[in-house]
Amino acid sequence: MAITVPRPKLTWFERLYLPAIVAGMAITLQHFKNMLLGRTKVTMQYPEQKWDAQLPEHYRGAPALVKDEAGRIRCVACQLCEFICPPRAIKIEPGEIPVKDRFSKVEKYPREFDIDMIRCIFCGMCEEVCPEQAIFLRKDYAITGLTRAEMVHNKEKLLEIGGIMHGVVLKWNEKK
Amino acid sequence: MAEGPPSVNVQIDGVWHQFPKGTRVIEACAQLGVYIPRYCYHPKLSSPGNCRMCLIEMGLPRMGPDRKFELGADGKPVINWMPRPQICCAQDVAEGIGVRTSSPLVEECRRGVMEFLLINHPLDCPICDQAGECRLQEFSVEYGRADSRFLENKVKKPKRVQIGPRVTLDDERCILCSRCIRFCQEIAKDDVLGFTERGGHTLLTAHPDKPLENNYSLNTVDICPVGALTSSHFRFEMRVWFLKETKSICTSCATGCNTIIGSREDVIYRQTPRENVAVNSVWMCDYGRLNFEYLTSPERLLEPEIFSGNKLQPSDWKTVISHTALQLRHFTGWDIAIVASGRMTNEELWLTARLAQQLNVSLIDIVPRKGEGDDILLSQDRNPNTNGAKIILGLEGKTGANLEAIAASVAEGRIKALVVLGEDPTQFGITVEQLKKLPSFITMNILRSAATAHATAVLPSAAYAEKRGSMITGLGRLQRLNRAVRPPGQAREDWEILRDLLQEVTGSNGLGSIEDVFRQMAESIPPLGGLSLSKIGDLGVKVMATPENSTTPLPPGEPADEEIFERPLVHAPK
Ligand code: SF4
Ligand code: SF4
Ligand code: SF4
Ligand code: SF4
Ligand code: FES
Repeated sequence: MAITVPRPKLTWFERLYLPAIVAGMAITLQHFKNMLLGRTKVTMQYPEQKWDAQLPEHYRGAPALVKDEAGRIRCVACQLCEFICPPRAIKIEPGEIPVKDRFSKVEKYPREFDIDMIRCIFCGMCEEVCPEQAIFLRKDYAITGLTRAEMVHNKEKLLEIGGIMHGVVLKWNEKK
Repeated sequence: MAEGPPSVNVQIDGVWHQFPKGTRVIEACAQLGVYIPRYCYHPKLSSPGNCRMCLIEMGLPRMGPDRKFELGADGKPVINWMPRPQICCAQDVAEGIGVRTSSPLVEECRRGVMEFLLINHPLDCPICDQAGECRLQEFSVEYGRADSRFLENKVKKPKRVQIGPRVTLDDERCILCSRCIRFCQEIAKDDVLGFTERGGHTLLTAHPDKPLENNYSLNTVDICPVGALTSSHFRFEMRVWFLKETKSICTSCATGCNTIIGSREDVIYRQTPRENVAVNSVWMCDYGRLNFEYLTSPERLLEPEIFSGNKLQPSDWKTVISHTALQLRHFTGWDIAIVASGRMTNEELWLTARLAQQLNVSLIDIVPRKGEGDDILLSQDRNPNTNGAKIILGLEGKTGANLEAIAASVAEGRIKALVVLGEDPTQFGITVEQLKKLPSFITMNILRSAATAHATAVLPSAAYAEKRGSMITGLGRLQRLNRAVRPPGQAREDWEILRDLLQEVTGSNGLGSIEDVFRQMAESIPPLGGLSLSKIGDLGVKVMATPENSTTPLPPGEPADEEIFERPLVHAPK
């Protein structure tokens, strides 16, 4: 349905047009003066200065894998994030945890886990879909590299960014 | 058509329908497009009715004192609905009965059954190979609860149990439907599975001295509605939702079981049977199912090679084809012998026959391949296309009859050029020394062998899942292969290689696509007359009478093959 936006009725003074130009110019000159006198700063000197402390809680930076308190990689290679990832940035190679391993009850783990940070669009779908609370978007945003290969975060890199996540996924405890 | 069984009138969801006597109520509903949730029922197995998921409301026609149905205002029997639900998987249709497939009672029952099934079920979906094709997941979405009302701890059972060389069991996931047990009893005739313990602690186990190791064990994985039985080979390899499904056929024996090839990005992860009542019912053997490892073997031939400058060296296809043709044209027909393969498709065999015709070659044969068969599916004839080779190459009687003559002529030096397609000459009596002496030895194959090193031309070709084409089973059914993955390296589809070679020898032949090849072939081979690749369809067409000495068994539990075919039978030319 089309919406008709009413045009504002202007008074004759507003329709003169010139007073508004003059008022605008005055504001600009005011700022110019303040800057010359060093009263306002408009540019943050990145990367010497950073905005990191002010990043909001919900900020979506680089996706990363986390370990639980016992040091287990929480990811079980269910490949749901690989499936949901819109730009197909994730590539997982599942593996089987040997019977003798400390975490053998979990049976499955990611042998390889790559996220191509050239492709990632920081949408957060992987975090949302993960049934194991194993992948989170951290606050890292300055992802750089000189080659394409460098821009692919492998499992080690992802775990390094992710660190340890405390929380209550008790699913794989012995008693459950 | 023979008279079928008499029909009965059944009311389903308020509408009267007719079904042949002996139809299961669950199947009658399915014919109307109503899928009743089920776990233990499987159309090809007996119905124990033990899971209770298929509960419906049923009613019997009201009888008057005269033992006749009382008719209602609409002239149809009045139905007395039974006060409690009934299972519909073990119940045949009967005159005048009524069925309600969805009602508050039925929905309530399904929710109840689901809740019971999930009480002890582990939260394994993220690591369970069945996820994505699991009936428990599917019906949970429809009838499951989000939370559990059960406060007790879940019952612990053995996990990751190898109950056979190819099957892994997770007892916690088992819902005790007994499909696998019935399969082993009724189809595989190898009664090794059973339940032990009682109640919530009931366990599926294999007999302590007899693992589940019959050649059909992986079918239990297919029919297990949950992830309790999983394939050790496919275990944790790939989630099923990534797999591209290609309808094809198994080429490991003359039975030609219909299959679905599951692949992702040019890698095959698994093969599963596809229903075809005339060929394999819904089963296939483990040997055929797992016989695709060689596609990724390090021995794959990846580059065409040609003998030049005193040694065999890689080159491009154009050069190799023209030099190969040059080698062939150098000799007359009686200097050349061609050994083709019963693993080649009809199209490839037909191009081979054309090539032989052009070069005036009369020494031609295929290599027979025998193995132990059984009376379930596996045929003694391990060549998938012996019948095709017979009618297309015009081989009479037993295949392989000319091989001895070919080997002898090679030994005596009478054969100057040997063309071996898809076979290894050392397997039929030609030694490596004799090959070394041959002025021309042209081989088209998939894998490198002792012989390929001494060839004067090596043509790397495609495996069955990498190409299109058709084959004729041991029972005379024409079926289609489809391409699931691309051939590796520079390997090409065999029919393209042969077409190019033929073109080099004869000049242009107007064969641009495999459809063209089939069309021209159908014109000259009577049993294929009037058919095209697309007309073969997914289920194949019977084109030959079953040969009398056929070692290919009929599919278990299905009507005889001759009763199923859809096209007037054309007999193979004498
Ligand atoms: S944040 Fe989005 S784009 Fe990036 S890896 Fe996760 S799902 Fe893919
Ligand atoms: S969704 Fe979570 S558990 Fe599954 S593969 Fe991705 S990170 Fe691992
Ligand atoms: S293992 Fe699977 S098929 Fe066998 S009884 Fe359990 S759920 Fe049924
Ligand atoms: S019976 Fe023959 S065609 Fe069927 S799966 Fe086994 S080898 Fe393949
Ligand atoms: S499907 Fe009918 S009781 Fe199991």
